[in-house]
Amino acid sequence: MAEETIVLRVQRYRPEQDSDPYFQDYEVPYRKDWVVLDALNWIKEYKDGTLSFRWSCRMGVCGSCGMMVNGRPRLTCNTFLREFYPNPITVEPLVNFDIERDLVICMDTFLEKLKKVKPWIIRREVKSPEEGPYNQTPAQLYRYKQFSMCINCMLCYAACPVVGMHPEFLGPAALALGVRYLLDSRDQGWNERMEEVGSHEGVWGCTFVGECSEVCPKHVDPAAAIQQGKVLATLDWFKRWLMPWGQK
Amino acid sequence: MAELLKHDVVIVGGGAAGLRAAIAVAERNPSLSVAVVSKIYPMRSHTVSAEGGAAAVIKGNDSREHHIYDTISGADWLADQNAVELFVDEAPRELTLLEHWGCPWSREPDGSIAVRPFGGMKIERTWFAADKTGFHMLHTLYQTALKYVPITWYDEWFATKLLLDKDRCYGVVAIELRTGAIRGIVGKAVILCTGGAGRVYPFTTNAITKTGDGMALAFRAGVPLKDMEFVQYHPTGLPGTGILITEAARGEGGILVNKDGYRYLQDYGLGKPLDVHDPRHPVKRTMELGPRDKLSQAFVMEMRKGRTLKGPYGDYVLLDIRHLGEKKIDEKLPFVRELARNYAGIDPVYEPIPVRPVVHYMMGGVHTDVDGKTPLPGLYAAGECACVSINGANRLGSNSLTECLVFGARAGHHAAEYVGSAPDPDSSALEQQVRDEADRIRKQFLERTEGERLVSIRKDMQNAMEEGCGIYRTEQSVQAALNKVEECRERFQRVVLDDHTNSFNTELIAALELECMLDVARALCQAALERRESRGAHQREDYPARDDEKFLKHSLAYRTADGVKIEWLDVVITKWPPAERKYGADSGLPSEGGNKS
Ligand SMILES: Cc1cc2nc3c(=O)[nH]c(=O)nc-3n(C[C@H](O)[C@H](O)[C@H](O)COP(=O)(O)OP(=O)(O)OC[C@H]3O[C@@H](n4cnc5c(N)ncnc54)[C@H](O)[C@@H]3O)c2cc1C
Ligand code: SF4
Ligand code: FES
Repeated sequence: MAEETIVLRVQRYRPEQDSDPYFQDYEVPYRKDWVVLDALNWIKEYKDGTLSFRWSCRMGVCGSCGMMVNGRPRLTCNTFLREFYPNPITVEPLVNFDIERDLVICMDTFLEKLKKVKPWIIRREVKSPEEGPYNQTPAQLYRYKQFSMCINCMLCYAACPVVGMHPEFLGPAALALGVRYLLDSRDQGWNERMEEVGSHEGVWGCTFVGECSEVCPKHVDPAAAIQQGKVLATLDWFKRWLMPWGQK
Repeated sequence: MAELLKHDVVIVGGGAAGLRAAIAVAERNPSLSVAVVSKIYPMRSHTVSAEGGAAAVIKGNDSREHHIYDTISGADWLADQNAVELFVDEAPRELTLLEHWGCPWSREPDGSIAVRPFGGMKIERTWFAADKTGFHMLHTLYQTALKYVPITWYDEWFATKLLLDKDRCYGVVAIELRTGAIRGIVGKAVILCTGGAGRVYPFTTNAITKTGDGMALAFRAGVPLKDMEFVQYHPTGLPGTGILITEAARGEGGILVNKDGYRYLQDYGLGKPLDVHDPRHPVKRTMELGPRDKLSQAFVMEMRKGRTLKGPYGDYVLLDIRHLGEKKIDEKLPFVRELARNYAGIDPVYEPIPVRPVVHYMMGGVHTDVDGKTPLPGLYAAGECACVSINGANRLGSNSLTECLVFGARAGHHAAEYVGSAPDPDSSALEQQVRDEADRIRKQFLERTEGERLVSIRKDMQNAMEEGCGIYRTEQSVQAALNKVEECRERFQRVVLDDHTNSFNTELIAALELECMLDVARALCQAALERRESRGAHQREDYPARDDEKFLKHSLAYRTADGVKIEWLDVVITKWPPAERKYGADSGLPSEGGNKS
């Protein structure tokens, strides 16, 4: 009996030899319990070792393996072949990023954006560890918890039309993280952080398309974070300009 | 040739241990320049996958004595007791620091830290952030580390070799993945934080990136690897992928049953089961909350009795959490539900989860003291790649995340002190080593056009290790594995790559990783061969008893011109003389020794 197979159309680009990206077809064994990443690994191991892509955990938590699968940003380690079989599957690097090689995108701009929102606790007076943990009730934790679940997989940047048009827009994941710290009861960095989060490149850059939350594999709901960020930024504006005595 | 990239401290690895070490150096002496070299972006490190939690004494009903005793008895008395005492004493401070840095620890209604029980513990002391503890710890550490200006990030740089001069370590040779450039990254101290080596085996909870690189780099530089024969199998991995179902599933009350629905652990000296609805269930250090080595061994025994189930990926048993109900599962174990649905195709709210023991953790690693120092001046190690040892023959679950913090910090502090006193290296000697390494890589991997593909060598090594150096071992089985590993090393000399380009050559990286794994496997086999006793995770069917007379000692594996040589080092015993490990009804603290002072 002939083995069942499926075709992967994979975008290739090797900067040392290719002037433009092109597509290469690979026929791979079809298994119901295989994810797209398994198929890519099979190609790499048995057919063509020159195909490059990132992966590590293979369990949807390290954020390495995001790619465009049939035109949608997906984590390839939890996208099953069975969703597409018997039709061919097109695999491309995430859009809205420069390509380093094949399916590997350049992360530099994101890392700069991440740093801009100051994703660390800022305190005016620091407690020593000997004084023990800060108190934080489950309700206080709940306020920001969802926005702390981001794995930096970049799917939302590939889905966001604003990122595509305005590369300087901080983007869904970085903003969600900024809002996460704004909402953390332990944080006192409101003013410093608001400068970036509440700017034109920040929450006000978002035109509320909502695609980011659609594609997010971790249900971070960055669109909701940005909406909350807008509310906080407006509050901030009122505090600063209308009632300067009310600033914290 | 490109210039050396100069720093004061070079840290290899951006997981929990590496990031904690980087922050420690930056805080101890802000004038020092720190390089963090990581083959994947730090937030991708496999610390990210740790689910269950991190141990530290914080509750009034717990005590340092209990944590120490659980760790030492869990380790089957092979842990150094001075190291364990220090670890337990510093653990609460480290987890508190992480709290101050923003880690979203789960909380009690009053806002204090919540804790849960883990296998092998007398009292619950595991701090957790739902069931994504490692993820939250790693991202908290990474985001916090971003604020330190003296840290330079070498993201996606792969270290291939240690730079040495006059018997001291002065940095690493590393490949920048994006360009393929091979450069020397120099500092007066190097801290290896490269994580474990689970990928030496075919079924593992470990990511593809856990290939023992740091262990191999140190081993090649003449530094011994300690206690490599102790490999922890986790009793509940998913068949096939090896993806972990956290111990927290059992901590919350999940049970293990065989093909007849029988809670088979009761047959293996782990106590008697209570009904799942009994308010006293689950009982600590009993049944499903016994230690990992015993649970994995019980599985093999059940398999031999023909009482396991059979599936496409071999034998398995069932982990049942249905009685917890959907609400509790979603609240306490959401990731377990997500993983089981995605990768086992079942919803644990309605069906039990198929599981089997899979390789999880290396108790062994680069030989260090309690300050992370190795015998090679200038070289430090911390985290899973190191062996201090607090884990002995069997690591207590949820100690290793804490270990990364405690010993990452200590190594960072000591390295920061050391660089003040270390002499300057001879730069031209280091440059020569970089050139030699670049030549070697080009000739051995990028220019060869004929030979054997990587994958067959890797699979042969992995299968040999599982067969010969698995949960149960004999002289013959280990020798067979070692012979196979030596054969694979031979074949590796003729490995051929498809990819001969420079930019983001992931096939080259896979080859260098396999080369590291072959060295690790070799040391592991030799140590397993020469430890002629059974202790913790090392079970020799030809020597079924623990032998404190001869083997209350750490093994040290050295690489020499004629093979791996094993030396032995006494275990440090302070207050807890070796005793029998007991679980089930008569478990707990002994009447003398442990619970004094
Ligand atoms: C699925 C799973 C669940 C776990 N759950 C728990 C738990 O609940 N509690 C607990 O205490 N422990 C748990 N553990 C164990 C614990 O997570 C690990 O021991 C710990 O995270 C290891 O951290 P590390 O910093 O030593 O290494 P890692 O996090 O593995 O990081 C290694 C780093 O080294 C870098 N690196 C490696 N080689 C090179 C090279 N050649 N060049 C450059 N960089 C390199 C990598 O890029 C990476 O940044 C779990 C482990 C697994 C696999
Ligand atoms: S917000 Fe969601 S989609 Fe965006 S990077 Fe984070 S996890 Fe990925
Ligand atoms: S490989 Fe880690 S998220 Fe897919």
